[in-house]
Amino acid sequence: MGRKLLLDKAHIENIRLYDVYRREGGYRSVEKALKTMSPDAVTEEVKKSGLRGRGGAGFPTGMKWGFLAKPQGVPRYLVVNADESEPGTFKDRYLMEFLPHLLIEGMITSAYALGSSRAYIYIRGEYDWIVDILEQAIGEAKKNGWLGKNILGSGFDCEIYIQRGAGAYICGEETALLESLEGKRGNPRIKPPFPAVKGLWDCPTVVNNVETIAAVVPIINEGGEEYAKIGIGKSTGTKLISACGNIKKQGVYEIDMTISVEEFIYSDEYCGGIANGRKLKACIPGGSSVPILPANLLLKTAKGEARMMTYESLADGGFATGSMMGSGGFIVLDDSQCVVRHTYTLARFYRHESCGQCSPCREGTGWMEKILLNIENGKGKKSGIDLLWDIQRKIEGNTICPLGDAAAWPVAAAIRHFRDEFEWHVENPEDCLRRNYGLAGYADPLTPPKGELVPV
Amino acid sequence: MRFSDEKLKEVDRIRGFYPEGRQKSAVIPVLHLAQQEFGGWLSAETMDYVATLLQLEPIEVYEVATFYSMYNLKPVGKYMFEVCQTGPCMLNGSDDIIKYLYDKLGIRPGETTNDGMFTLKTVECLGACGYAPMMQLGKNYREHLTKDKVDAVIEECRQHTAAKN
Ligand SMILES: Cc1cc2nc3c(=O)[nH]c(=O)nc-3n(C[C@H](O)[C@H](O)[C@H](O)COP(=O)(O)O)c2cc1C
Ligand code: SF4
Ligand code: FES
Repeated sequence: MGRKLLLDKAHIENIRLYDVYRREGGYRSVEKALKTMSPDAVTEEVKKSGLRGRGGAGFPTGMKWGFLAKPQGVPRYLVVNADESEPGTFKDRYLMEFLPHLLIEGMITSAYALGSSRAYIYIRGEYDWIVDILEQAIGEAKKNGWLGKNILGSGFDCEIYIQRGAGAYICGEETALLESLEGKRGNPRIKPPFPAVKGLWDCPTVVNNVETIAAVVPIINEGGEEYAKIGIGKSTGTKLISACGNIKKQGVYEIDMTISVEEFIYSDEYCGGIANGRKLKACIPGGSSVPILPANLLLKTAKGEARMMTYESLADGGFATGSMMGSGGFIVLDDSQCVVRHTYTLARFYRHESCGQCSPCREGTGWMEKILLNIENGKGKKSGIDLLWDIQRKIEGNTICPLGDAAAWPVAAAIRHFRDEFEWHVENPEDCLRRNYGLAGYADPLTPPKGELVPV
Repeated sequence: MRFSDEKLKEVDRIRGFYPEGRQKSAVIPVLHLAQQEFGGWLSAETMDYVATLLQLEPIEVYEVATFYSMYNLKPVGKYMFEVCQTGPCMLNGSDDIIKYLYDKLGIRPGETTNDGMFTLKTVECLGACGYAPMMQLGKNYREHLTKDKVDAVIEECRQHTAAKN
C-alpha cells in the first residue's frame, strides 16, 4: 500500500462533520502554524516540500507564494480553484465531498502564510450540492473559532466565501476565474501582470487548486522535508488520480509517486485492469488536454524503461513519445474504442469552451471539430488529416491563454500516434458508419503484464 | 417581478461576500437565484430586474448571462436532463443513453416535450467521468445510467409532479 496523506481518513464515517474530523486530528496544522510559526516559516515549509500545483501546470507552490507582492495597506487574496472542468478529472469533487474540512483547514493555514484575510473558493456551478457541504463545514469551522477575527488569539483574521460558477471550462484558467469572480464574462487576461501582482480586484492574489491547498495540511503537520521524502525526484508527495474510461474500477486514487503506470492500471489496489476482458489500447494520463499515448508508449518510455506515475516520467520523450501528468485525469481506452471518435468529442468540447477572444482558438477549434466529425462519419478526405495537423500547429502558442494549446495537443497526439486509424476512416467510409473500428492491432503491443493481473 | 423577502435576504447575504464597492461580483450567484425563482430561465425582464437590484447596467447582466452555459435564455421544461457527451462518458456508453432519450422523449437536444415536462440538453464534461454515463437533474447528478435507470428517473419526475398537483 502506498502512503496516503489526503484520503487516508476519507472512509471514516461522518468525517465530513467537524467533530469527527477534529477527533481524527483535524485542524492541527492551523494550531501549529498560528501558534508556533511565522507566515514566512509556513511558506518555507511549503517550499521545502517540493509541492507542485495539482491543477495541471505543476508549478512549484512555494515559489508561487514567494512571488506574491506585499504592498502596504493593500489586501491580498487566496483563491481556491475548484472549477474542475477538464474532461477526465473529478478528484477535487471527491475531496470536497468527503473531506470538506481538509480543504477549509488547508485554506486557513495557507491564508495565514499569505496574509490573506479573505479567501474564496471558486467552484464550478454544476457542483451545486457540494456548495452545501462546504458551507456547512465553513459554518462549523467558524463556530469553533477557526475562522473569524483573531483566530486562536494570533491576531490573524480570516473569512472564507464560496463563489459558484455558471458553466464555463475556461473559468478554470486562473485569470478567467478572477474575471468571473469579479462578476464578468470569463475572458482570460493577458499576462503579465500575473495574479501574484495584480489579481482579484487588482490586488495581489494566489490561485491554487483544491488538492494543492489540501496538501498544505500534511506538509505543515509532518514538515516539508518529510513530505519531500515521498516520491521520486521532483515529483514529491502524493497525487490524486481520477481514473475513468474502460477500466474495471473507476474512481479516485491517491498514489505516492513511486508506482509504475502498469501497476496503476493492472493492480487490484488501483484500476484493476481493463474492463470486460478487453485489452489496453491507449490512454490520456493527465486530463483531456494532454497527449494521448498508445499502450506501448504508455507502459514503457521510448528508451524502454518502465513509465512511472511521476511528472517527469509521464513527460519523458516530450510530445514525440511522452505525455503529461496534467490534472491527474487518467482516461483509458480499450481496444474496441475509436480514437477518432474520442478525439472528435474532445475537439467539440474545446470549440464549445473557447471564449472566442483569439481567432486561432475561436476559428481553429471549430474547424477541427468539423473535420473530425466528417472523418469519423466516413465523409473525410486524406487532405483533411493534413489540414487538421496544420490547424493545430497554427493554434499552438498563438493565443492569449493555454486553452488554445489544450485544444491543439489532443488532436496532434491522436494524429501522431494513430494516423492509420484516421486513414482507415477515410478509406473505409462504409465501415466507419457501422462503427466498426476494427483496429485492434494497436492493442497491447507489449507482452502482457506478468502475474495474475493479466486480463484475458 | 420581485424576489420574496426570504430571497432578498439571500441576495444581501451574497453581497456580503465581497468587499465594499465590489458588489458586481454578486451578479453570477444572483442570476442563479433568479433563474431558480422565475421559471428556470432568464427572460429579459428577469435580467433587468437583477440589474436594478444590483445597481448595474442591464448590459452588464446580459453579457454575463449569455456567456455561461448554465443560464437558460429560453423557456425550459419542468425537468431538464443535462446529459454529458464528452469523451470519457462516451467511452462508457453515453451515446446509447442519449439515443435512448431521443426515442423515449421524442425530442432532440435543446427541445422540450409538448407537455412542458422535459427538456433535453447535451452538455460537456460535468466532472463525473468515473461514474459515467451521467446526467444532471436539478441540483444533483444521476450517475451510472442505464436504460432502466433512465426509465426510473422519468417515472420519478412524473410522480414528483403528480404529488405536487
Ligand atoms: C483552460 C484551462 C483550464 C483550467 N482549469 C483548471 C481547473 O479546472 N482547476 C484548476 O485547479 N486549474 C485549472 N487550470 C490551471 C489554472 O490556470 C492554474 O494554473 C491553477 O489553478 C493553479 O493552481 P495550482 O498551482 O495549485 O495547480 C486551467 C488552466 C487552463 C488554461
Ligand atoms: S486561447 Fe481560446 S480560450 Fe484562451 S483567451 Fe484565446 S480564445 Fe479565449
Ligand atoms: S466526460 Fe462526462 S462527466 Fe466527464
